[in-house]
Amino acid sequence: MIGGGTGGTLAANRLRHRLSPADEIVVFDADDRHLYQPGLLFVPFGLAPPARLVRSRAAQLRRGVEFRRTAVEQVDLDHDRVITADGGALPYDVLVVASGTRLALEATDGLTGPGWGKRVHTFYSLPGATSLAGALAAFEGGRLLVGMIDLPIKCPVAPLEFCFLADWFFRRKKMRSSIQLTYLTSLDAAFTKETCNRALSGLLERKGVELVTEFATGEVDGAQGRLTAYDDRETDFDLAVLAPLHEGASCVARSPGLGDALAFVPTQPTLQAKAKPNVFAIGDATDLRASKAGSVAHFEGEVLSHNVTRFLAGEEPDARFDGHTNCFIETGFDKALLIDFNDEIEPTLGHFPSPVGLPLLKESRLNHIGKLAFEQLYWRAILPGRDIPFIGASMPLADKHLEKAE
Amino acid sequence: MATMTYVGIEVSTDAEGFFADPSKWTEAMAPQIAAAEGIAELTDRHWQVIRFMRDEYERKGDAPNVRALSKTTGIPIKELYQLFPKGPAKLAAKIAGVPKPHGCI
Ligand SMILES: Cc1cc2nc3c(=O)[nH]c(=O)nc-3n(C[C@H](O)[C@H](O)[C@H](O)COP(=O)(O)OP(=O)(O)OC[C@H]3O[C@@H](n4cnc5c(N)ncnc54)[C@H](O)[C@@H]3O)c2cc1C
Repeated sequence: MIGGGTGGTLAANRLRHRLSPADEIVVFDADDRHLYQPGLLFVPFGLAPPARLVRSRAAQLRRGVEFRRTAVEQVDLDHDRVITADGGALPYDVLVVASGTRLALEATDGLTGPGWGKRVHTFYSLPGATSLAGALAAFEGGRLLVGMIDLPIKCPVAPLEFCFLADWFFRRKKMRSSIQLTYLTSLDAAFTKETCNRALSGLLERKGVELVTEFATGEVDGAQGRLTAYDDRETDFDLAVLAPLHEGASCVARSPGLGDALAFVPTQPTLQAKAKPNVFAIGDATDLRASKAGSVAHFEGEVLSHNVTRFLAGEEPDARFDGHTNCFIETGFDKALLIDFNDEIEPTLGHFPSPVGLPLLKESRLNHIGKLAFEQLYWRAILPGRDIPFIGASMPLADKHLEKAE
Repeated sequence: MATMTYVGIEVSTDAEGFFADPSKWTEAMAPQIAAAEGIAELTDRHWQVIRFMRDEYERKGDAPNVRALSKTTGIPIKELYQLFPKGPAKLAAKIAGVPKPHGCI
């Protein structure tokens, strides 16, 4: 297993449960700090203490899973082995690539230049989110620009949620009228999914957030406080909060034949890499169309552990991942909305997972509580690889007002 | 669904003008689609991108996004925006007669 994050941990734990004790499972990661990434959204607003979000990786793994604290340098597909950063090599029968994404800060001109960490921030890393907390607390007013440079990014709604929380944060501080809040996106609308887009654009409008679309950021000038798009449009800011470009992990980029141009692993619905049948991929590392989200890694875990088990038994991997994604969208003032969709079916109104469940695509206090409860669920059920009642790999269709995806 | 007529042939497209059936596309249609999008002349550089979009679509079932397009063809992103203003991946896909690139959600 390359990576002891969300996907690697839950997949190792699920496999430990299914495979015979004679089968060895080894998880590689460079450090022993497992970060609860959804918590990063709350750090800048003082709503989550950074220390609470980090736990030992090894401690999340079931007994019988070996944790090795070293990075994988490269995968040698031809010889079915990984080469590690400490100079070792380990042969495998099955490899699971769970190395997530890398923030490609260098891919945007000027992003980490003058003003980085002062006027230009990101909450996509723990140090970033922590320093942003200071900047927000000290912000005296002006133009606050929140933006997404280009897809794919982890949890693509997180920058929108950041806007909603910023609106709440500055209203509470009685400063909202001195802040011009703008959401900037490379997409042609607030969000890619049409039904969500309607709900989310309405929310932006109601909260007084200006929307700038089709802005493909090419250059950041933190000294002047200016973003320039590839089509030469410009926009000014006093404080910018950006989701940087994402790529697949460097070890994928270094492994001939494994990744695509952006180092994501071309992956089939069985979660086997297109490169070789004994290589699987899970979570953010794949090139699948599903969102890069922990909930997706959770749904994939069921499919992956089933298929790896069959593969090791000499049987055809027969489970397929349907693109099931769901996420809570924090909307501020102790409310949140919930979306649920897959490759075929658009996010809809209704309730999840059944008529008595959480309201879909509607702001509610219950969804906010759901979002907060997710943190406990993450450590106690998702990482240990437990099945959560009613929330399985295939998307539930009860009480949904359905619309087919294009 | 909508229908458009290019070089005298009727084709069905989605509401935004992307081809519903890429096999109905011919190279002869490209200049006309491009003109409607404000690109008066298709240069060799445009054609390099258009052919690449078709190849990728045929190989992978989805057209690449602008970063993958730039990395694979070696054409800088800035130049892609000059060739296909506003959205290079989207516009090149439309002119190449393939569905709108999905990107990731
Ligand atoms: C701000 C933010 C908010 C989010 N909010 C939500 C949310 O509300 N809901 C939700 O479901 N998801 C959310 N997510 C997304 C979620 O955290 C990720 O999708 C999820 O963690 C993906 O799991 P993964 O295992 O693929 O990657 P990760 O959990 O990132 O793990 C990848 C691991 O691989 C390791 N690795 C990389 N290279 C190597 C190497 N060469 N050798 C060994 N190890 C390596 C890394 O160190 C890392 O530990 C959010 C993410 C962010 C950033």
